[in-house]
Amino acid sequence: MSRTLTYWQAIAEGTVQAMEADPSILIAGQNVDDHKGSYGTTRPAFERFGAQRVIDTPNSENAVAGICIGAADQGLRPLVVHTRADFMFLAMDALINLASKWRYMYGDKGGVPVVMRGVVGRGWGQGATHSQSLHATFGHFPGLYVAAPASPADAKGLLAAALQSDTPVVLMENRSLYPIEGEVPEELTPVPFGVGRLARHGTDVTVVAASLMVHEAERAADLLARQGVSVEVVDVRSIRPLDEDLICESVARTGRVVVADTSWARYGFSAEVAAVIAERIPGELRAPVRRITPPDCPAPVSWPLEEAFHPSAAKIAEACLDLVGSGGATVPVLTGVDAGFSGPY
Amino acid sequence: MPIPNTTEDPVAHPAALLREMVRIRCVEEELADFYRDEQEMRTPVHFSVGQEAAAVGVCAALRTDDLVYTGHRSHAAYLAKGGDLTGMVAELYGKETGCSNGRGGSVHLTDRSVGFAGSAAILGEMISVATGAAWALAKQGSSRVVVTFFGDGASEEGVFHESLNFAAVHRVPVVYVCENNAYSISSPLSARQPATSAGTGITERARAYGITAERLDGNDVALVHEATRRATAHCRAGRGPYVLELDTYRWREHVGPGYDTGIDRPEPEVEQWLERCPVRRGTAALHASAPDAQEPTAEERVARWDAQFRDEARRAVAAAKAAPYPTADRLTDGAYGRPAVAN
Repeated sequence: MSRTLTYWQAIAEGTVQAMEADPSILIAGQNVDDHKGSYGTTRPAFERFGAQRVIDTPNSENAVAGICIGAADQGLRPLVVHTRADFMFLAMDALINLASKWRYMYGDKGGVPVVMRGVVGRGWGQGATHSQSLHATFGHFPGLYVAAPASPADAKGLLAAALQSDTPVVLMENRSLYPIEGEVPEELTPVPFGVGRLARHGTDVTVVAASLMVHEAERAADLLARQGVSVEVVDVRSIRPLDEDLICESVARTGRVVVADTSWARYGFSAEVAAVIAERIPGELRAPVRRITPPDCPAPVSWPLEEAFHPSAAKIAEACLDLVGSGGATVPVLTGVDAGFSGPY
Repeated sequence: MPIPNTTEDPVAHPAALLREMVRIRCVEEELADFYRDEQEMRTPVHFSVGQEAAAVGVCAALRTDDLVYTGHRSHAAYLAKGGDLTGMVAELYGKETGCSNGRGGSVHLTDRSVGFAGSAAILGEMISVATGAAWALAKQGSSRVVVTFFGDGASEEGVFHESLNFAAVHRVPVVYVCENNAYSISSPLSARQPATSAGTGITERARAYGITAERLDGNDVALVHEATRRATAHCRAGRGPYVLELDTYRWREHVGPGYDTGIDRPEPEVEQWLERCPVRRGTAALHASAPDAQEPTAEERVARWDAQFRDEARRAVAAAKAAPYPTADRLTDGAYGRPAVAN
């Protein structure tokens, strides 16, 4: 059975169900216990399980990461929440130098199954240090699973998988997704890492995306359908492992691909997808790979610059039109997925 | 205008301290109203309303060429150090005329012409940067002092401890100003730091590094000012770093123009702190210092300043609104410096 939930409700529900099923799961993070409760996602767990299992931590990301690794080493399953992913840079030493390597470098005697959720602020002038999408950064390191779910069902399903995983997991959530609604299974059904989904079938061009950009890609596809261009949208769901087969099967069918990402092109998710295609199916491409990403500068605050900075449905649509030989066709202005933002700031 | 600071260690008159607190209060209250009502300042803002005595008392003891680095709650220190008001307001509006050209927003203010080096959003990171700046100045034989403002929350970051340790070893001329407002967003200090016999451990932890540290009423601007004069003299004499822990309280919500009274923080506690308003206490102190029905009275002077500074704030808002936005063709400008080697 499924019913409609928002993205944040799906995470909140999945968290409570996972904690009911597994008493070793606890939540640690700044302000996870307050009335806002990490955009609502941790509040129901706090109300259900209390301060013994939903723990407001000091502002000590580095130590909290290590503490949770230690707790995981001794049988707990910590779920760490960062309400701005940018603060995860402070947690990176423990996460990268220990958690991702623990199982391997101690000879496969066991891992430290820490799960870290990071929220990408983006929008309303969140600016250079509160807007960064770190999925590719974390995706670089073997020994971590990284996912960036786009739909409420996947937000719940990948969290469920993360909380059953033997491997440490990073989950990146764009805050613009929290109010988005979708069908979500009532029961706790894990979505496996490394399995993408076809968000939309099409024949002319493939858009590969994750997280927020899946929605922008679908809006671009709606727009282009009215202009006679059929767009397929691949939602990879997981960044690592990456569903290479799904990407390559789709691109082999359409012969054209746009990779859309909320983070930069250089050494990023879009670079990895392009590399996979170049390695596996170079002969299937009828046009060069196109990447729609932010330009090479930090995120600006000023809103006209912010509008120009963030990749959008319109930019995806323009790239698709270019690839099918209709370059220069007019693309109407579309408001962003995060239009209508009214706080909290 | 802010209190002019000079090449000498300044001593500010109580009236000057009060006037500057009134100015910052008026500016922030006006900005909060515009922010809430018009939704045109599209950047998260962290107001210092209620905490003005810390910024004013400290900065009034600094020379113009002394430097200040702060965390996210930075408007008050920026203004108290002499930062250009129109540049700050334009920055909040994302305009090209902003102090960071509209790129940085409220949490990335700078006015290097008056020694406000910068504010930054990630907790505690400027504590180390200020330490390094002061270290460099001392190495260059300068008598300049560096001050960094941060909150009780940032004292939980590893960088706080690592910086204090380094500064103590190298006798770095840096004044660490912890504005202890007892909350990290909604989280009370008691949930985050152990209580000690002296209340919190921030001052005591500094002392454990061998650093001279004082904890004082951060809503008493005269006390803060005097303590800062002791701190800068200590630093300039080559005696190493100094810690000031200032007890204060934020009146508004963590981020944004609203209030969290009765939501994140209990109403009686908020009421108690409203009674300790630094502006009201400064007014009473000024009144007490000139009890003989002097004309104008302290209250009359505050009322006059209030009108003057609200007008100044509104003019800065009008100027910001009239200023141009950056244009998208210059979006990536400034990400890199000039090439080290011409190609």
